[in-house]
Amino acid sequence: MAGLGMGAGLRLLRRIPPGFGGSRLQSTQEAQAVLPKTGTTTATAAPPKAQRSLEESKSFAVGMFLGRLNAEQVFPYPSVLTEEQEQTLRELVGPLSRFFEEVNNPFKNDALEKVEDETMKGLKELGAFGLQVPLEFGGLGLNNTQYARLVQIVGQHDLGVGITLGAHQSIGFKGLLLYGTPPQKEKYLPRLATGEWVAAFCLTEPGSGSDAASIRTRATPSPCGSFWTLDGEKIWISNGGLAELFTVFAQTPVRDERSGESRERITAFLVERGFGGVTHGPSEKKLGIRASNTTSLHFDSVRVPAQNVLGGLGGGFKVAMNILNNGRFGMAAAMAGTMRGLLQAAVAHASTRTQFGAKIHKFGAIQEKLARMALLHYVTESMAFMISANMDRGDPDFQIEAAISKIFGSEAAWAVADECIQIMGGMGFMQEQGVERVLRDLRIFRIFEGTNDILRLFVALQGFQGLGAQLRGVQAALRDPLGNVGVLTGEVTRRLRRKAGLGSGLSLQHLVHPELKDGAQQTQQCLELFATTAEALLLKHGKRIVEEQFALKRVADAAIDVYAMAVVLSRPTSASWPRCGRSRTETSGTFGTCRGPWWRAGGWWCPPRWDSDSKNTPKHPKIPQKYPKTTLKHPKNHPGLPTAETPQNTPKTSLKHPKTPPGLLTTKTPQNTPKYPKNHPKIPQKPPWDSDSRNTPKHPKIPQKPP
Amino acid sequence: MAALRVLVGVKRVIDFAVKVRVAPGGAAVQTQGVKHSLNPFCEIALEEAVRLREAGAAAEVVVATLGTKASQETLRTALAMGADRAVLAELAEGAAAGPREVAVALAALARRLQPQLVLLGKQAIDDDCNQTGQILAAILDWPQGTFASRVSLEPGAVQVQREVDGGLETLRLRLPAVLTADLRLNEPRYATLPNIMKAKKKPLEVVPAADLGVPAGPPRLRLLQLQEPPPRAGGEKVESVESLLGKLRHAGRI
Repeated sequence: MAGLGMGAGLRLLRRIPPGFGGSRLQSTQEAQAVLPKTGTTTATAAPPKAQRSLEESKSFAVGMFLGRLNAEQVFPYPSVLTEEQEQTLRELVGPLSRFFEEVNNPFKNDALEKVEDETMKGLKELGAFGLQVPLEFGGLGLNNTQYARLVQIVGQHDLGVGITLGAHQSIGFKGLLLYGTPPQKEKYLPRLATGEWVAAFCLTEPGSGSDAASIRTRATPSPCGSFWTLDGEKIWISNGGLAELFTVFAQTPVRDERSGESRERITAFLVERGFGGVTHGPSEKKLGIRASNTTSLHFDSVRVPAQNVLGGLGGGFKVAMNILNNGRFGMAAAMAGTMRGLLQAAVAHASTRTQFGAKIHKFGAIQEKLARMALLHYVTESMAFMISANMDRGDPDFQIEAAISKIFGSEAAWAVADECIQIMGGMGFMQEQGVERVLRDLRIFRIFEGTNDILRLFVALQGFQGLGAQLRGVQAALRDPLGNVGVLTGEVTRRLRRKAGLGSGLSLQHLVHPELKDGAQQTQQCLELFATTAEALLLKHGKRIVEEQFALKRVADAAIDVYAMAVVLSRPTSASWPRCGRSRTETSGTFGTCRGPWWRAGGWWCPPRWDSDSKNTPKHPKIPQKYPKTTLKHPKNHPGLPTAETPQNTPKTSLKHPKTPPGLLTTKTPQNTPKYPKNHPKIPQKPPWDSDSRNTPKHPKIPQKPP
Repeated sequence: MAALRVLVGVKRVIDFAVKVRVAPGGAAVQTQGVKHSLNPFCEIALEEAVRLREAGAAAEVVVATLGTKASQETLRTALAMGADRAVLAELAEGAAAGPREVAVALAALARRLQPQLVLLGKQAIDDDCNQTGQILAAILDWPQGTFASRVSLEPGAVQVQREVDGGLETLRLRLPAVLTADLRLNEPRYATLPNIMKAKKKPLEVVPAADLGVPAGPPRLRLLQLQEPPPRAGGEKVESVESLLGKLRHAGRI
């Protein structure tokens, strides 16, 4: 495709802001962790490798930003358990459920603000403290999918106990599992597996919550090099009062080999309470998960042997992020379990409560609530097990999906709990039913392990990093266009087709069951819209996209929606679940899940022809194209109104349509904005997302002039 | 410490918490897709055997069942609770497995394994026969202690406290003996998750039922019909004893 098309396309792509990704440009530390750095000595992957691997990433979410359909990790719905593993899991589910139904008393735990001693003992004997510890160290050696299933049971019954277990094994000693040296593992894992020692994850400080890189706890090396001296304070540490082993993150001086200068880098340490100098504060009084022990921790000249460094000197930030990343699927699974319990409670109430002469589940208002709750539960469950299966299969890129599942799961669970109380009415409000406790327990899930707000920024920025890398790749190809004709042709064709609303050939139809083709169609459209928008945003803002949090949040919300749509298409289609089959409920659920985001994305508006010239904008049949002339005239000679003689001139109207409210312009478009070639039939005449609102596409529902 | 082997017989039954329904056809109970588990009385018997081994009075606990392949799951649970090895006397699907057949199979196993003690649950919660232990003792010609609520081993004998209608009866039986466990014998432990994992390594032997001499012919008992009890009808309040008697006579009850 030579000639005009190519040239136009090249001009479209040429303007890529320099320095994107190449320098420190982050406003959030989460972003800092993932965007490539130059000239630093962290243990993160070297920049060029990161860029290349993001392009080649099989992750669905990364592909979304690039306008690609990376279906491998999503279709077909992954199923990783062998016959034997499934059998084992089935055997484990029984005793664990029985324990939680018969022995654990969540009301007591909540009232006492601790897990009852008998229950704690029973849990340790049950083996619940070492689910993922390898068999040779006395654990159960479960993989992620099996663990997710068990966590689902725990989440269904008691989230306070869930957090106690999760803080211990999902994050507390996960670092040891992921980064521990064999001597470290041999020393600590056996006792951790039986619950003889409880573990805790110590990152948060009074001054550092989301901004994890700014922690002030310090570890100073001894002159002989055989130990470190740890000083500092941590707050809100789960299991703080119970734990014997702490994974503590502290700033350490790290000498850069090349320059010889010393910088402060975070390092992870395995600290035993027995080292001396470790004290904890009183148990915090909380809104929810009261059974979980949360305390502050003080480290006062604690001597930590050098062999207790975890993950290498200076590798602490990466260790922290990977631990949290690795544990996120567990959160989604727990949320799915909680929602299952809530649904059961809601259904039990709705099917027995009689009002207005009928059981209330016959009424549409209640049915709608139950349907929405079921939908949210289904999506969360599907996401949780898809991600755990991806991890078990060895797929290396699941970070964005894991973050998405945590955001979705925590917010869905909150909504489901809320609706459950609503369905139960006054009964739901009473402590006796237990649902109010679940609501209180759920609130924290939107906050800890990465607040949903930070994770949204992470999802958006991580995706943009991939897109930036791709654009850089194209830029590189542009330096040698003749040698890279294939690349360029492909890229340009795709973009032009997308912009012309012709679709760049992404198709899900062959991946989903025929019954779900509408959902697949809607998902395809959303994918196209998403990619177009993402690219336009990145081209507009360049490296300053990092500061555009309004846009980033919305991009993340869209990404979450699209991933949910894909997941919910995959699960019912999958033939690997012969027992469950494909129920009508699932198909309807898919419909319900896909339709919302598609509608919100404007998919019903059909081809994404965001043409500013309203002559060509497709006319929506329900919106009047002309607004009726107003019959209101300003009453010139009305007595009592200021006339020309009065100092105040009669204003024609003081209302002006706020075209560009002063002071609210975001960024000025730089002088060298690409000029679109005029008169080319396939290229819209103005860039879609122009800050000049004259050209901003007009939302069909907002009148352009007041009537 | 005697090389005392205990044989425990167990049965896979529909879980006690499940609401039982009549299968279409009216000739059997719905078992497809229904949750099954280890018979509670068999669990108590197994727990007793494991406690004996832990106390040192017994050396080995072998658990056995007569059933289809699905019973392997039950045996695994039993192994997770502490049995040392398991034997499945495998029946074809749909073959008869009443008390007589089970007793014949267990008798054959007893002759093979030479246990000093056979522990069974007093009855299964699906058929409530309360016959297997007794028939087994008769076939083997061993002493029996049924409805045991306390068991203590002595050299060469076992002292059993039985729950009978009149109260508690204590017997001393010479070994080898057959005992059946009643409710108050002990409280079974929860199978811990690590034990479930360890149970995978314990030996589970499958023996065709015919090898043990289980008669393959048609069952001697034929179930003619099974129906759910009629739904409870509304009650009626009466004013006086006379009208109550009148109504009862009218309904043909007296």
